[in-house]
Amino acid sequence: MSGDEIPRELIEEKVSALRKDAESGGYFLNPDAGFVWQLARGLCINEKRYGYPSCPCRLAVGRREEDRDIICPCDYRDPDLEEFGACYCALYVSPSVAQGKTAPLPVPERRPTRSERVSVATRAGRTIDVPLPVWRCRVCGYLCARETPPLVCPVCKASKDRFERFM
Amino acid sequence: MVQMVRVNGRNRGDIRLYALSTCGWCAKTKELLNSLGVEYSYVFVDLLPKKELEDTLLEVEKFNPAGSFPTLVINGSRVIVGFRETEIREALR
Repeated sequence: MSGDEIPRELIEEKVSALRKDAESGGYFLNPDAGFVWQLARGLCINEKRYGYPSCPCRLAVGRREEDRDIICPCDYRDPDLEEFGACYCALYVSPSVAQGKTAPLPVPERRPTRSERVSVATRAGRTIDVPLPVWRCRVCGYLCARETPPLVCPVCKASKDRFERFM
Repeated sequence: MVQMVRVNGRNRGDIRLYALSTCGWCAKTKELLNSLGVEYSYVFVDLLPKKELEDTLLEVEKFNPAGSFPTLVINGSRVIVGFRETEIREALR
């Protein structure tokens, strides 16, 4: 399929890494191992295709600045887990779904549409006068006050460009 | 209009599936259509060349403003977004 074949070992590594990160961060992967495998393959394909593991269930444009919010784990994972018991892809699920107590609900797309995203990007940020800028990790909500965001989020390991100016 | 792959089966009208090759829910939707044995056409939008991709995405957004996948279009009017198994089964019964 158009050069998208990913070696089995690479997908296995991806699954282990996802599992390890989920466990250490207090998250849960979908109990359906075959489904997780398929999504891990999708993440590997996107990493190879675009240079970053964008969401396998969303269409990336291939420019990091525009796809940043859908790099897995995406900006929308936590609110979707909270409301629907699963992230958009159902790679991550709530504890009760992980234990098989409840089924995940279909997750409607929370990401703004293409035209909405353009208007959000051009909206001027609001800043108030504080001794240092405050940065917010868009993945996990971690806040820190310093001149620039950290290279990686100390809580969820998201990269520097996933931070936004909060104050 | 973009070239779609046709899957033969029982004719239940014009069924088009816009999907991503990497998406788990798209795969489940395709499997469901296969198991229902209906005739349909599908396209993996993420695998299209740039121009066709843009045109197809505009086409998807006409039916589903979110431009999300899978988008299933039945007879150019009924639109089912996401793997909604019961809804799909009922629509194609």
